[in-house]
Amino acid sequence: MRKTKICVIIPCYNEAENISSVIDDIMTVVAAEESWQVITVNDCSADNTLRALETDGRSIVLDLPCNLGVGAAVQAGFKYAVKNDFDFAFKFDGDGQHRAASLRKMLQPLKNNAADLVVGSRFLSKNTEGFQSTPLRRFGIRFFRLLIAALSGCKPSDPTSGLRGYNRKSMEFAARHYPSFDYPEPEELLLMKRNGFSILDIYTRMRERQNGVSSICFMRSIYYMLKVTFAIMMVSLRPKEKEY
Amino acid sequence: MNRIQIVSVIASFGFLFFIFEIIRQKKLKEAYALIWVIMGFFFLILSCWLQGLHFFSRLIGIAYSPATLFLVLIITLILIMIQFSIVISRQVDKLKNMAQEIALLKNHIEMLGNDKKTKTN
Repeated sequence: MRKTKICVIIPCYNEAENISSVIDDIMTVVAAEESWQVITVNDCSADNTLRALETDGRSIVLDLPCNLGVGAAVQAGFKYAVKNDFDFAFKFDGDGQHRAASLRKMLQPLKNNAADLVVGSRFLSKNTEGFQSTPLRRFGIRFFRLLIAALSGCKPSDPTSGLRGYNRKSMEFAARHYPSFDYPEPEELLLMKRNGFSILDIYTRMRERQNGVSSICFMRSIYYMLKVTFAIMMVSLRPKEKEY
Repeated sequence: MNRIQIVSVIASFGFLFFIFEIIRQKKLKEAYALIWVIMGFFFLILSCWLQGLHFFSRLIGIAYSPATLFLVLIITLILIMIQFSIVISRQVDKLKNMAQEIALLKNHIEMLGNDKKTKTN
């Protein structure tokens, strides 16, 4: 029997210092009865991320010729996954804030067909262990949660979480229609919901990033809020995508 | 014909000639030039036919006829800018798809190279 093929897509922008330990972490959850593959997408990093990826050698490296933003980088990974017949895909951050142990937890509902899209959520449990983000960001997260709830009826507990799992169906959709600019996460949830995919939140703990700076610094947060709000509202005005 | 009319007729002709010339030299695509050509003809007609300009201005309630020209000019420019934004957005999308395709192909080529190496070894 064919082994289940699972890939973990990691968009990398200037993650030379983090990436090896992130892949180490993922390797700890790999089980022999499945075929796991890490796919790293180098979004034209300014540091030597590409060299770090090539020396590491444990991942399929997709090297974008110009910087496209995280959404398009992830989409390149989805395109690879669709082309190479992967059954399940995960989107995982390259900065070390996601924990690979979460992947196991998130894989189960995908395998059981309980959901098309699984979101790793920091806020699902009453227990507040692990990194929960700053108060200002938590305010933003609550705002997006309410906005998406108002527009779609589903209330994602952690709409900005970048830790996500996909089955074949949602993976194919993402390869075609993934929101391709920066900060795609909240927009993607609404897009998936509107196109009939079922979404499930799974509680995961996250860490604070280890090295490097987050892509969302304080000055850009205003832009982030406006852009994402606008994009979410536009998604809700569009009809369902016809073909996927 | 008064002086300003002569000047604007010459300027309109010059403008139209310039547009047609860059289309002929394939520096500008016909599809994107249409709005420029229409604008050029509009100004040419109005510079020859002053009564037409006055009539049109009265029709939409503008007392000072030259202001009508500015209005038309501004509206046309806004339309052209919107067209540019659309074209740019479309190009960004195409560029994105091509860059992704290049990344996939680079990976594919590398894989082929590796296969060859393992075979010869």
